[in-house]
Amino acid sequence: MFQYDEKVLKDQLLELIRLAATDLPKDVVDSIQAAQQNEDEGSPARSVFGMILKNIELARVESTPICQDTGTNIYLVHIPEGVGMRKLTALIHAATSEAVDKSYLRPNAVDSITGKNSGNNIGEGQPFIHFEEWDNDYIEFKLMLKGGGCENVSTQYKLPDVGLGAGRDLDGVYKVIVDAVNAAQGLGCAPGVLGIGIGGDRTSSHLTAKSQLFRKMTDTNLNSDLAKMESNLLTDLNKLGVGPMGFGGNTTILGVKMGTMHRLPASFFVSISYMCWAYRRHSMILKSSGEVSYD
Amino acid sequence: MIKLQLPILEAAIRELKMGDEVAISGLMVTARDAAHKYIHENWPDWLNPIMENSMIYHCGPVVKQHEDGSWSFVAAGPTTSIREEPYEAAVMEHYKVRAVIGKGGMGEKTLAGLAKSGGVYLHAIGGMAASLAKSVVRVHDVYMLDELGVPEAFWHIEVKDFPAVVTMDSHGGSLHKSIKAKSDEVAKKLIFG
Repeated sequence: MFQYDEKVLKDQLLELIRLAATDLPKDVVDSIQAAQQNEDEGSPARSVFGMILKNIELARVESTPICQDTGTNIYLVHIPEGVGMRKLTALIHAATSEAVDKSYLRPNAVDSITGKNSGNNIGEGQPFIHFEEWDNDYIEFKLMLKGGGCENVSTQYKLPDVGLGAGRDLDGVYKVIVDAVNAAQGLGCAPGVLGIGIGGDRTSSHLTAKSQLFRKMTDTNLNSDLAKMESNLLTDLNKLGVGPMGFGGNTTILGVKMGTMHRLPASFFVSISYMCWAYRRHSMILKSSGEVSYD
Repeated sequence: MIKLQLPILEAAIRELKMGDEVAISGLMVTARDAAHKYIHENWPDWLNPIMENSMIYHCGPVVKQHEDGSWSFVAAGPTTSIREEPYEAAVMEHYKVRAVIGKGGMGEKTLAGLAKSGGVYLHAIGGMAASLAKSVVRVHDVYMLDELGVPEAFWHIEVKDFPAVVTMDSHGGSLHKSIKAKSDEVAKKLIFG
């Protein structure tokens, strides 16, 4: 039976939140640095990347949020058999509320009817926590903070799309993605990273798209067709010239990550989850010995 | 880099051109989604002295309250401005607001409003929350905190050398419009061959 100390785990979850809000992961920083080198000397784009990199460093050193929109807090939690989900949910809530007190998180949960802010970042469906049981004997907490600006430019298409001449195949998928990134311009805090979900229903398609954003920037898709498409899309989308923050430049998108689900014969959804350059995600592993590690 | 001191007069704002880099100092006010809806429904007089010849910052900050009750900004980058497109031209004209600061740019209605009432759109860097919070040297006051909550309240703040770029001016110039026109052409080629 997996056991843990509740008070200790709450503090460890608080540290996970602090890391996610203030310390951009290395693979993302590397990718932004490479993008800066790819912009012309003296261009506005290069200067914007310079400011972005300075801000990333400042937030890390001073332990303050990289972006004031600390976003929807999305948790993906893997648990061994027998570990209770309600207790872990309560601990995540306790850590969340404390993170607001410590100014790591903004109170971001607004009642959709009254407009009242709950004040502690907790509300119906916030934070969003998804549990899955697995065979390993440790718990893994993955956390992503996804801001509202990039969520607002995320979208879903259904194929065929007559206006775009997009049929029910990978070529059609390609066309709607180009259309979505062009429509987004700089509004989602470009350069973004795209999580793409192909297939599924309205809900599972979006979930597939978002789940892709837990992948590392540097990984390669196990499906060779998708791997090729991710690489082609990255090249082509950067021809759009939107550039960092929509100021124009060679980098509009930092990465494309695609996943699929089986679909109904009648449905062919393509979901596009746009993640801003402040691509905040970290994970924590808790072993039964009580030892934790962060990535 | 052009230094702008608030309050600022219409004539000085009309001299600014798309692409100018500015550093702003003085008192300005934050207002975002709920604040704009509130203004549009109430047009309160108490905002006159706060907004006249000043600037609106589209920002929902992370704040810290100190033991003596005073506030400071911990993280304060811009939020996406286009959501205020239905209101902004009217708000700027009514209160003689000389600039809005945000990210992503705004549309035709605001662009026309800038020309008419004498204003500019200033682009700050989205996600630059830690750096920009340093430019907010003092929280002068906060209005409607209970009603609107921390991210959406009117924060009356003093800034020093707050960096931004003019991306829409009072002469019809819009960087966002020209970038979009170019990327539309590329997208068309990629999609339709």
